[in-house]
Amino acid sequence: MAITLLEMKNISIEFPGVKALNEVNFTTETGTSHALIGANGAGKSTLMKVLSGAYNHFTGEIFLDGQKVNITSPKDAQNLGIQIVYQEVDTALIPYLTVGENIMLNETVNDMGKKQLINWKTIHEKATKILASMKINVSSKKLVSELTLAEKQMVLIARSIMKDCKFLILDEPTAPLSHSETNELFRIVTDLKNRNVGIIFISHRLPELFEICDDITVMRNGEFVSKERIAETTQNRIVEQMLGKKLEEQFPKQNVNIGNTVLDVKGLHDIDKIRGIDMSVKAGEIVGVAGLVGAGKTEFCKALFGATKVTAGDVYLHGKKLKIKNPHDAVRQGIALVPEERRKEGILVLESVATNLTSANLKRFTNIFSLLNFKEEKKTAVEMVKSLGIKTPSEQTKVQNLSGGNQQKVAIGKWLITEADVYIFDEPTKGVDVGAKKDIFDLISELAKRGKAIIYASCELSEIIGITDRVYVVYDGEVVKELDTNKTNEEEILFYSTGGK
Amino acid sequence: MNAANPIQKETPKKKSFELFDFLYKYGTIITILALVIVFSVANPSFMQGSNIINILRSISIVTIIAIGITISLSVNGFDLSVGSVASLSNAIVISMFVWFSQNTLVAIIAAITASLIVGALNSFMIVKMRIPDMLMTLATMFIIQGIALTYTKGATVSQNMIMPDGTFSTGVISPFFAKLGQVPWIIIIMVVAVVLVHIFLTYTKHGRYMYVIGGNQEAARLSGIPVNKYKVMAYLMSALFAAIGGIVLASRVMTAEINAGAPYLMDSVAAAFIGFSVLGAGKPNAFGTFVGAVLIGILQNGLVMMSVPYYSMDIVKGTVLAFALALTYYKMKS
Repeated sequence: MAITLLEMKNISIEFPGVKALNEVNFTTETGTSHALIGANGAGKSTLMKVLSGAYNHFTGEIFLDGQKVNITSPKDAQNLGIQIVYQEVDTALIPYLTVGENIMLNETVNDMGKKQLINWKTIHEKATKILASMKINVSSKKLVSELTLAEKQMVLIARSIMKDCKFLILDEPTAPLSHSETNELFRIVTDLKNRNVGIIFISHRLPELFEICDDITVMRNGEFVSKERIAETTQNRIVEQMLGKKLEEQFPKQNVNIGNTVLDVKGLHDIDKIRGIDMSVKAGEIVGVAGLVGAGKTEFCKALFGATKVTAGDVYLHGKKLKIKNPHDAVRQGIALVPEERRKEGILVLESVATNLTSANLKRFTNIFSLLNFKEEKKTAVEMVKSLGIKTPSEQTKVQNLSGGNQQKVAIGKWLITEADVYIFDEPTKGVDVGAKKDIFDLISELAKRGKAIIYASCELSEIIGITDRVYVVYDGEVVKELDTNKTNEEEILFYSTGGK
Repeated sequence: MNAANPIQKETPKKKSFELFDFLYKYGTIITILALVIVFSVANPSFMQGSNIINILRSISIVTIIAIGITISLSVNGFDLSVGSVASLSNAIVISMFVWFSQNTLVAIIAAITASLIVGALNSFMIVKMRIPDMLMTLATMFIIQGIALTYTKGATVSQNMIMPDGTFSTGVISPFFAKLGQVPWIIIIMVVAVVLVHIFLTYTKHGRYMYVIGGNQEAARLSGIPVNKYKVMAYLMSALFAAIGGIVLASRVMTAEINAGAPYLMDSVAAAFIGFSVLGAGKPNAFGTFVGAVLIGILQNGLVMMSVPYYSMDIVKGTVLAFALALTYYKMKS
């Protein structure tokens, strides 16, 4: 079988205000599996999107077998035999069509020509053939909506290799899969490799990459770091390369007297992701929940807050067992959550800053007839805007007119007015610029100083190291390690976050 | 870098949209004034006190029902069943007098209870079964319309009607009840409803919670607001105001005609949506709804005086609704 060589040279791409890729080189060939790894925001997905034609404004060149090719649309990439399977499989599938129709979708859309009638027999025949060749045991007449996540992924892979496929990009395919499903995926990957397909495998899980891949390319901050044979490197070395030189950020470290245990979580389970989390938080303590994207941090925060269904486990606050069925119960009993998706879940974009700030604790501004005290509301809002440094023309400005960092501050400020005992922060610095980050850290340590118990969930390890007192490392919905922040470092946390034991 | 950002962003925006913003805020009121001038010129009797009272009387039932829709809109819901609920309430209240010789209190309580059951059904199906509100209330609209028809056996209920057994009904509608549908009481009821709901939505925490839910349901839930409770409340209140609308209608016409409430749905929806923009509120609000109803009332009254046939009226009303919707959604986009 002829081997095809893929080379990406000096790829750069810019988005408003960010240089996402800077002169990146990437080479791989058919018949091998190539791992692409890097911390969040390193540019792995962006690079692969360039290769698959999702962007057309990049600079640099792409060569196939030494021949320069022009990829400016997904169709260009597909015609060259480059296929990508994104992590969000549901966006690429049509749930109320059958497996066969989904697999043959590209063909029915692009290659029908003048034909008007669909030949169902050929569609299902072809689809069944592909499924059989991949040894996937799914009927081509089943509806996609009835499939499991893993099966949907298989369907997408089947669709990708329908046509002549030279390179198949899998963007974090294993994040939502169980262990046995992962093994099944690996069997298919190996199988495809033997059929002279080049696999590019993006993942955060090092042990996996070492199991399945031949080569590994490491990226950091939009730049190429290294390319090595898997056989010639070690997991620790890769982690070092991912982190690079450590950036010491300024975190406000204050001396806080840590008090008694406030929150105690025992064996928390939710419907699918969280499998028995134990943790405790003391007054004045900032406890980190570290883990990679998809490890279950957000799910844990939501389950603790009653926003998703808890199937087992107990939560104790000041030694008293809590009954939390929904967020309303959680708020009443003194737990606050600053959610990750704040535009979607944390704020009301069409309402004013004041309305947003008071929405979680409107009771404080009402009299016995539930009438609102606008004067008091305004006063508190103005104070909060000032103490948080929210950059807004007035407290009556609609939140949609504020920048991301300031929206985040509004979402946090909302809970500061509430006076909870336990504050849960889920990725509070996501999408926030450096200046606002500092303000948010100040805020959080200020809360700790006032004796609040704080849970800080983040995949930004430098922040975990900088701000927390203790860290729980979460991997695959479980706490795999509890670490004392003073006695650990990013390497160790990353080691456990990637499934190291 | 983000220090000056929000302020910078706003200034240029304001300039280009100044005219639109002005028209958005005051357009409805300007339109009302323009209509008043046009109609007064065309027909001097338009501005007479009796005609103004006539207009207010004619919009009171629309306003009361529209107030209910406004509440359902505030939680980002939509209640299409209000017209049918008004029909049902109308039929029950009249039949209580005519068929069962009950007193005013019993008649009103019966009508309101039946309507609240409908509201409870709506909210259960929407909140628990997660059926989209518009579809569910569309279904209820037909169900309740059918129930009201079945209850009256497809006939108009009135005093001295012929009963199925051939005798005449003996019950009478109490004179006190008859007062409700007459000036000034009908107007007073409307004003009280508008004022109460305006206070409820704007000055109480419950109203604020409803707007928060309407603005971002997930954020509301994570803020600890009992979202389902307030949605149920909104649909119950929507049904309650529809019931009051039906009762007032009954008192005004003293009969229960087939589907008497149905025509009010369209006018009420239009009034509530016109209300979005009044004074730049940008969301459903009681005062705006009242202004919307005034606009529709004036249009209807003036056009009738200018001898536009009643059967062409729907063209005008539909156009006004489309225009109000265009204004609201174009504003949201920008």
